[in-house]
Amino acid sequence: MPKDEIANKGGIGASTKRREDLRFLTGKGRYTDDINIRGQLYAHFIRSEVAHGRIISIDASAAEAMPGVAKVFTSADFAQAGSIPCGWQVTDRHGKAMLEPKHPILAEGKVRHVGDPIAVVVAETLDQARDAAEAVVIEIEELPAVMDMKAAVAGGDLVHEELGSNLCFDWGFVEENKAAVEEAFAKAAHVTTLELVNNRLVANPMEPRVAVGDFEEWTGQHTLYTTSQNPHVIRLLMGAFVLSIPEHKLRVVAPDVGGGFGSKIFHYAEEAFVTKAAHILKRPVKWTSTRSEAFVTDAHGRDHVTKIQLALDAQNNFTALRTDTYANMGAYLSTFAPSVPTWLHGTLMAGNYKTPLIYVNVKAVFTNTVPVDAYRGAGRPEATFQLERLVDQAARELGVSPFDLRRQNFIQPDQFPYQTPVAVVYDTGNYQATLDKLVEMADVAGFEARAAESKSRGKLRGFGLAHYIEACGIAPSNLVGQLGARAGLYESASVRVNATGSITVFTGSHSHGQGHETTFAQVVSDMIGIDASQIEIVHGDTSNTPMGMGTYGSRSLAVGGSAMVKATNKIINKAKKIAAHLMEASEADIELKDGVFTVAGTDKSKTWVDVTLAAYVPHNYPLENLEPGLEETAFYDPSNFTYPAGAYGCEVEVDPETGKVEVVAFSAADDFGNVVNPMIVEGQVHGGLAQGIGQALLEHCVYDENGQLLSGSYMDYAMPRADDFPMFQVDHSCATPCTHNPLGVKGCGEAGAIGSPPAVINAVLDALHRGGFTHVTHIDMPASPSRVWAAMQR
Amino acid sequence: MQSFDLVKPSTLAEAVSALAADGAQALSGGQTLIPVMKQRLAAPSVLVSLGGIAEMRGVAAAQGVLRIGAATPHAAVAREAAAHYPALAKLAGGIGDPAVRNRGTIGGSLANNDPSACYPSAALASGATIVTNRRQIAADDFFQGLFTTALQEGEIITEVQFPIPERAAYVKFEQPASRFALTAVFVAKYANGVRVAVTGASNDGVLRWKAAEERLSANFSASALSDLNLSGADMMADLHGSGDYRAHLAKVLTGRAVAAS
Amino acid sequence: MTKVTMTVNGKAVSAETEGRTLLVQFLREGAGLTGTHVGCDTSQCGACTVHVNGQAVKSCTIFAQDVAGAEVRTIEGMAHADGSLNPLQQAFNDCHGLQCGFCTPGMVMASAALLANNPRPTEAEIRHGLEGNICRCTGYHNIVKAVLQASGQTDTQGVAAE
Ligand SMILES: Cc1cc2nc3c(=O)[nH]c(=O)nc-3n(C[C@H](O)[C@H](O)[C@H](O)COP(=O)(O)OP(=O)(O)OC[C@H]3O[C@@H](n4cnc5c(N)ncnc54)[C@H](O)[C@@H]3O)c2cc1C
Ligand code: FES
Ligand code: FES
Repeated sequence: MPKDEIANKGGIGASTKRREDLRFLTGKGRYTDDINIRGQLYAHFIRSEVAHGRIISIDASAAEAMPGVAKVFTSADFAQAGSIPCGWQVTDRHGKAMLEPKHPILAEGKVRHVGDPIAVVVAETLDQARDAAEAVVIEIEELPAVMDMKAAVAGGDLVHEELGSNLCFDWGFVEENKAAVEEAFAKAAHVTTLELVNNRLVANPMEPRVAVGDFEEWTGQHTLYTTSQNPHVIRLLMGAFVLSIPEHKLRVVAPDVGGGFGSKIFHYAEEAFVTKAAHILKRPVKWTSTRSEAFVTDAHGRDHVTKIQLALDAQNNFTALRTDTYANMGAYLSTFAPSVPTWLHGTLMAGNYKTPLIYVNVKAVFTNTVPVDAYRGAGRPEATFQLERLVDQAARELGVSPFDLRRQNFIQPDQFPYQTPVAVVYDTGNYQATLDKLVEMADVAGFEARAAESKSRGKLRGFGLAHYIEACGIAPSNLVGQLGARAGLYESASVRVNATGSITVFTGSHSHGQGHETTFAQVVSDMIGIDASQIEIVHGDTSNTPMGMGTYGSRSLAVGGSAMVKATNKIINKAKKIAAHLMEASEADIELKDGVFTVAGTDKSKTWVDVTLAAYVPHNYPLENLEPGLEETAFYDPSNFTYPAGAYGCEVEVDPETGKVEVVAFSAADDFGNVVNPMIVEGQVHGGLAQGIGQALLEHCVYDENGQLLSGSYMDYAMPRADDFPMFQVDHSCATPCTHNPLGVKGCGEAGAIGSPPAVINAVLDALHRGGFTHVTHIDMPASPSRVWAAMQR
Repeated sequence: MQSFDLVKPSTLAEAVSALAADGAQALSGGQTLIPVMKQRLAAPSVLVSLGGIAEMRGVAAAQGVLRIGAATPHAAVAREAAAHYPALAKLAGGIGDPAVRNRGTIGGSLANNDPSACYPSAALASGATIVTNRRQIAADDFFQGLFTTALQEGEIITEVQFPIPERAAYVKFEQPASRFALTAVFVAKYANGVRVAVTGASNDGVLRWKAAEERLSANFSASALSDLNLSGADMMADLHGSGDYRAHLAKVLTGRAVAAS
Repeated sequence: MTKVTMTVNGKAVSAETEGRTLLVQFLREGAGLTGTHVGCDTSQCGACTVHVNGQAVKSCTIFAQDVAGAEVRTIEGMAHADGSLNPLQQAFNDCHGLQCGFCTPGMVMASAALLANNPRPTEAEIRHGLEGNICRCTGYHNIVKAVLQASGQTDTQGVAAE
């Protein structure tokens, strides 16, 4: 269909403006903190100020007597509750299951990170709760903090004595390749080695977490309103494992959610707390995180320390790759933590290249820090960063162009589907095409002239290239089950056609910025041919949506959208049967186009509304063979991941006197397969780029050796601001549609955050080398002014 | 935040008497005090808002001196000082963000004496006079180390008087997160010599770099500084930069300030 | 408790306050206007930005009693009387200048103040002027576009669809 026509119809491919904007732009969004239930109490958590310690005593008697205080809770009040579960069990190199500590709602016996909750004051007002918290007397015997991962594995103090070790698991992948990889390195013509750190980050969605628990005595119904990316997962984990509440007595609602980026996937102690406290106190209980609290309670991201090596033959072909990574788990295992450095990381180490032999070793380590889990990209940014830094370094060592070295080793367009040596099969891709596109967009040809102009102003200009592959829509369930996932990874949708033809879609996906209310409606509108305004998308409430796994890992359209397509196809099939009956024709002859049913070869027609009305007012209806009504549910379990890929180019200027790096241009050429709403896809890329550039230049979550968080607020954790970026150039025209989902889509939510960090650092190194600072081989992220300046000093 | 009573006098005299109460503290723009109180690091029992006192606001120049009321917000200084003392106006216009500049005041900033704040460097480099309800204090005597000033209990700044220099510039290198000064330098050239104040760097708060002043008084050009160096040992070190880095920045920024003045 | 009255979006609003009641609490809890958000506790994110007597301020860093009697405008008071979006709000919609929407009220209020002071800002002036408002979703690209559009510096059609 020509572009204009698509845009007019508002179907697939149109940059339809978002319908959700209207409420957000007028202050009418309904976020969890906007929910206030009559009679609600407020919870204030008293948290550990030390990283590691033994709780000697807690005396809440004075606090309980203070004005407005309903109760002060400690772990004793949760003796019956289960451990906050981990959703993924990794099996190590020797076939042994990972070590799995108990994760209580409130600390039992020991505190294990700054921010670990010890007690909770619940009072009539938040100020009363905070005032009373100062009267709770807690005695803690401080223990040495376990901070350095390598030292923690070597011995010494234990985060969890009962586990006997700080090593959660020692994972090898693919273990059978190990010997062959060693052999290839022994024979290599050249070996490039890098040691690098993937800096610890804090997701920082702008809406801090909030949880409101409610309990209805006469029905035994619990309700939890929470800032979640996946309310069904929270219901399952919290209901079944922590509080023993059966699903039919537990409703979890995630209303408008102000961003997540992974940090709102996980089940958190505060959710279980307010749910249980509301039950105990028979009154609603609300908790709103402050930003300071978010820094010490929201799961952190990244934090890998890696040594990576590439073997090349005399013709510069990659022959083998091996990595040694220490991955920080923090003090407890957050919901998906073990999957991040393993299955979401090791499986991506082939990147876009034909490297035949790969071995990845990951040691996951407990430390006295906030739990670490998935953050935008989860595992894939870590994989991409190592690999793309390494390839650039190899090119520099060999004196060849980083463009040529990549092109030479790319998986070629005619090699798809491509089986990598790290288990996955890429279905489609064309890496030469995205790189060609990038070279054009970024005007690589004009770079030297721009560099000369920068030099005339005393600045060093550099260009950095990175190519990435990611895996989205993690699946299929039976495979991930074998790999240790304790949940299914399908998605669901119910499509309810109303009597007068409008449609309500209930999806298990969750939108917290992605615009599903708009794009999902575009898809259904396109399939049926009615206006998108006739379609409503409902999400976020377990009481009306089918069991679904929610939104993360760029899975919503590829998995959730596919479920919706399946359900809509069921609707169309049934509607055709009804239409056939109404027009006394054979079902096989019925066609649906633009919301009108016709009989092939005749001028008979029935409108969409004629048919939907017949379904609900079945006066003239084949009741013997067909149920009335028009409502279908589908679950979709993908047969493979999807594999978006792309080429990113970053241009920086470095101030040689201060070390300050400025990103002056950034171009991204992505292959996302088919695109439903280009405007939204581009917005996702912009946001991902900002987070990736933020990781590369600004953001850093830093602890001191005693486990105190040094970057615990926006005073020290550098959040990217508007003036940190140029306008971005983004393109998604090099599309190779996914072959195994009905929409041919791949996912676009994380790409920007995955591909950009190595592009930025490669650009900084290029600038320094051009400026004569050739002794610099690597700068760890964030490449802050002081670090770049320090690197320049000989 | 702990509980307190807020009073809002409309004259300086009322404010002074309200501040005599036990546990009373001045509230100006609140852009420092309120975040500190949220952390429960300050717990006054009475807050005396200075925002309603007309006599404490305004910018006026006469006889080579720019007088700024202590409760004048940064945005007003940025606007109204531009014609008289552009370097000072530029400094004010670079503090925080527009919303902070609409509330935060010069008096609050000087009284707070944050080692990374901007205004103290201007006051020190200009040889300003800090006027209080009790006396006049020379900038050289006013700043006494991190978050410490010559102000006594119950004493409030009412006005700041800046001698207007021949040439001046403020060059700020931002700390990437807070965007306060990671290090910043104010250079002011007067008929009787040059003054250089460095903020964001020293362990003792804002400081005058006397060696640079001597060189620049003799030869007002960046090259005059070429063989001068500050020692990193006395500088702040944190996750945003070492002492050596700050010492290095101070020199680079001083040169840039001379060039920009 | 002290009763405080302000004019919020043209209407007189009163609520009981303590000395420590922040303007943002007065608006969200006292006036029931939950469009103004709280995203931090160090006065940096700007999610709470409103206008007091015509100036953009962070409502999390002002005591309600300190601005008793003031004219306050919040995001709820930005649309036209008939409920339709004003040109700035419309530009955010046209340009996809918001994703999760959490920073959006503050971003719109800060942008409105920016344009009131500087009706035709450059891209750099917009980026600098929005320094006090953090958005984690959009990478700011489309926010900057929206402000450019609202200032009449790009065509109002097809900005997003280009
Ligand atoms: C996001 C953000 C960014 C900022 N960025 C910068 C920056 O880049 N550079 C910079 O320099 N500052 C910065 N600041 C601080 C800002 O300039 C503050 O406004 C200033 O430091 C304090 O002024 P205030 O009027 O807000 O004082 P308040 O917060 O009201 O008071 C501060 C202290 O001074 C006392 N006090 C106030 N007025 C008087 C007086 N007249 N006499 C005696 N004592 C008084 C108070 O009792 C209190 O102890 C920033 C603040 C924020 C929130
Ligand atoms: S809530 Fe973050 S600045 Fe006000
Ligand atoms: S739109 Fe989500 S923070 Fe800006």
